[in-house]
Amino acid sequence: MKVVAALAGLGGLALSGTAHAIAWNFQTPASRLAAEIDDLHQLVMWLIIVIFAGVFGAMFYSVYAHRKSKGHRAEQFHENTAVEIIWTVIPAIILVAIAVPVTKVVISQKDTSGADITVKVTGYQWKWGYDYLKGEGEGISFLSTLATPRAQIEGTAPKGENYLLEVDNELVVPVGKKIRILTTAADVIHSWFLPAFGVKQDAIPGFLRDTWFRADRTGTFRGQCAELCGKEHGFMPTVVRVVSAEDYTKWVAEFKQKSAKAAEDDTKTFTLQDLMQRGEKVYAANCVACHQANGRGTPPAFPPLAGSKTATGPKEGHIDTVLNGRPNTAMQPFKQLSNAELAAVITYERNSWGNKAGEVQPAEVKARRK
Amino acid sequence: MSAVADTHGHAHDAHGHHGGYSGIMRWITTTNHKDIGTMYLWFSFVMFSIGGLMAVMIRMELFSPGLQFFNPEFFNQLTTMHGLIMVFGAIMPVFVGFANWLIPMQIGAPDMAFARLNNWSFWLLPFAASLLVLSFFMPGGAPGVGWTMYAPLTAQMGMGMDFTIFAIHILGMSSILGSINIITTILNMRAPGMTLMKMPLFCWTWLITAYLLVAVMPVLAGAVTMTLTDRHFGTTFFNAAGGGDPVLYQHIFWFFGHPEVYIIALPGFGVISQVIPAFSRKPLFGYASMVYATSAIAILSFIVWAHHMYTVGMPVTGQLFFMYATTLIAVPTGVKVFNWVTTMWKGSLTFETPMLFACGFLFMFTLGGFTGLVLALVPVDIQLQDTYYVVAHFHYVMVAGALFAAFAGIYFWLPKWTGKMYNETLGKIHFWLTMIFFNMIFFVQHFLGLAGMPRRIPDYNLMFETWNKISSLGAFGMGLAQLLFLYIVVSCIRNGKPAAQLPWEGADSLEWTHLPTPAPYHSFETPPVVK
Ligand code: HEC
Ligand code: HEM
Ligand SMILES: [Cu+2]
Ligand SMILES: [Cu+2]
Repeated sequence: MKVVAALAGLGGLALSGTAHAIAWNFQTPASRLAAEIDDLHQLVMWLIIVIFAGVFGAMFYSVYAHRKSKGHRAEQFHENTAVEIIWTVIPAIILVAIAVPVTKVVISQKDTSGADITVKVTGYQWKWGYDYLKGEGEGISFLSTLATPRAQIEGTAPKGENYLLEVDNELVVPVGKKIRILTTAADVIHSWFLPAFGVKQDAIPGFLRDTWFRADRTGTFRGQCAELCGKEHGFMPTVVRVVSAEDYTKWVAEFKQKSAKAAEDDTKTFTLQDLMQRGEKVYAANCVACHQANGRGTPPAFPPLAGSKTATGPKEGHIDTVLNGRPNTAMQPFKQLSNAELAAVITYERNSWGNKAGEVQPAEVKARRK
Repeated sequence: MSAVADTHGHAHDAHGHHGGYSGIMRWITTTNHKDIGTMYLWFSFVMFSIGGLMAVMIRMELFSPGLQFFNPEFFNQLTTMHGLIMVFGAIMPVFVGFANWLIPMQIGAPDMAFARLNNWSFWLLPFAASLLVLSFFMPGGAPGVGWTMYAPLTAQMGMGMDFTIFAIHILGMSSILGSINIITTILNMRAPGMTLMKMPLFCWTWLITAYLLVAVMPVLAGAVTMTLTDRHFGTTFFNAAGGGDPVLYQHIFWFFGHPEVYIIALPGFGVISQVIPAFSRKPLFGYASMVYATSAIAILSFIVWAHHMYTVGMPVTGQLFFMYATTLIAVPTGVKVFNWVTTMWKGSLTFETPMLFACGFLFMFTLGGFTGLVLALVPVDIQLQDTYYVVAHFHYVMVAGALFAAFAGIYFWLPKWTGKMYNETLGKIHFWLTMIFFNMIFFVQHFLGLAGMPRRIPDYNLMFETWNKISSLGAFGMGLAQLLFLYIVVSCIRNGKPAAQLPWEGADSLEWTHLPTPAPYHSFETPPVVK
């Protein structure tokens, strides 16, 4: 049985080894901090290997040479104060020697002063919200959600290279600039983790924490939420696109243009069909995880919307629920969505899965924002 | 002390051995330390099997990327319950089983100090375990919050969370009662001449462990009780909206949690400190420094808790303090490893199954200790925290450390307990299979962690696939190997060859030198005199 399993293992290894790259060490650093962490890790690993080889060299020598079957007679010594002092003091000295370079890195890692751009990162179940608070791009704000199609997860479509590590809207930052990240969360604790920058910072509801990075090359860098945050914890990647200073300026301008257009939407009146089409998309990006595609939820944790009193009752109650969330439940506020998006998703909920409760226009949502 | 007089009474009972009951009632009413020890050991094996089954299910899901068998909620419930059951149901009770069997015999006492309390400590466990398992059948299922049960995720769980909290209360009660019993027994019931510094190291490690348990189990009880009142009674200890702080939970939990890892490890150190000298035919090297090192580890374990929390965002002084304190623990731990290796040095070594497991322990526990040192360094830990590196690290300490020590101890004392020998060849096969599959499961997880795969996720990117496949195959093999262990133990009890009075040449504690094999139902009705 076990032999078969082992053989199957080797076979599997051979097969899967050819299919894609195997990751087995730190990602290539893209910031000085990550490079320093890499160096520290290598330093301790060498030290460990040397000590390990010494101690277990002695053990294996003894296993080989001091066997009863070789006729070795046991000596009866059981104490030696000098030796015992030596092997207490020497490790202590080694530890102090490691502590010096490590302390330096800790101090620089904690120094978030002098940032060029400050971004607030908010963890939601299960997506990230980015608000550019200071520096170029100030005022930009958007959500970042997993972009891997459900079909890939369920195995009905082939998995792409960035499977589970791709999002609809990446955090975009300029290369070489000090980016300060403020973290917080809306519901439970999340953790914003970007291995290539050597950054991991918990996002704690009700509190702000900070960290920083300075990317030293352009490219797209990927990580994942690193603190268990409920059922979709494995499905909320953190993706950062580092671009040149010019591209960043261009991106900011484009973003502002788009938002202006969204503001225009607020005053428009849409047809039911338009709202339904857009609403389905907004729902798929923001609500399915809990309320499910069929609107039935997974009670008791997540209630159904099909036939729900709120979703078939007065519009105001429905708008308020989505806009402000329900305190102390997983139903969080969705204020970050635009009025048009909210109107669309609310309309979609009121007119799907057997619900028939009429449409909601952006102006109505705007009116209820406090 | 009246409880002691009581057990004595049983010996003179007309019904002889079992206090007048037979069948199932014997086990329910027993106050005999050996019966209770046996029940602890079997209970632990049952929980080990359940927890192991869950581990295999987790590894099934992680065999390939994509969601194959379970939805993510159920996956989280499996990891949570696997962790809780292994820690509280398998590893802690197995060593309490050892304590019950061995402490009275090793210090020359007739039984444990509080015999009825001892019965109660055990019989609390099945109720607690049932609550844990039943939580799966509550609306919303078992809690999917991880064995650390961080707030405020706990606030979103269904009734299963309350079952778990209640189970932890009961488990804690059982541990505290058991510990009080062990402390009292060791401090008051040693035979004449058995000074503290003559006690076998196993008794020492348990004495220290028992103090740790009494100190930290109430802290855990506090943490989960606050979770309970936050959930149901409108308090906001861990909710910022009401003036609380979710991070407070983590401080309280880890104030329990770090000593807890030594609660798991120290009794295992004790077992290894009995086994290695016996098969080296040479006294333990540095007995006194072992006692001091163990005490130092226990004391330091109270001031390092926040090394689990480097990423919550502490002030830099906090990070540095907890880093220095944590690396300090490497010193006494190093002393222990050096002492064990030196005990083997120039001995006259043989490698029966207990010694194989002891050597396996030594080798791999040290590896786990080293990765612990890596994780103690703040910047490196920030890369590795909550990744598979941590999963690999703590399984090296808890499985290759504590569990291997338990296997070593079981093979070592099985002849004393049953009067029969297990099959040595099968025992050795069990060791090698366990060793190989264990490393297959967990060694590769270091790579996954370094490459950035978070823990507690049911699905992963393709770059992690190869190591996950190897790890899963290892887990299936490891599961099968434990069936062999069950077979070895059962066939030893059923039809093992009678064991010699002293099956291990080098064993020299009282249970071997002053008591017949198998150990009689009541040992030391008159205390031995220790020179
Ligand atoms: C993290 C999980 C989660 C997500 C994502 C989520 N909800 Fe909810 N929702 C809940 C929970 C939990 C409740 C029940 C709150 C309560 O107990 O009052 C709820 C309640 C509701 C209700 C009221 C149902 C009723 O019958 O009272 C509506 C309407 C609703 N959500 C709409 C939405 C919309 C629209 C979205 C997407 C924009 C969304 N939800 C996303 C968890 C979620
Ligand atoms: C021997 C076979 C074992 C296997 C194959 C195994 C496997 C696993 C796996 C796959 C996880 C989940 C990792 C994750 O998703 O984060 C896990 C977690 C864990 N295991 Fe084990 N395990 C084994 C034995 C043990 C033992 C003996 C202990 C006990 C002391 C233990 C304690 C834990 C704990 C505490 C967790 C953390 C649970 C959590 O994330 O909340 N395991 N194990
Ligand atoms: Cu998260
Ligand atoms: Cu710890």
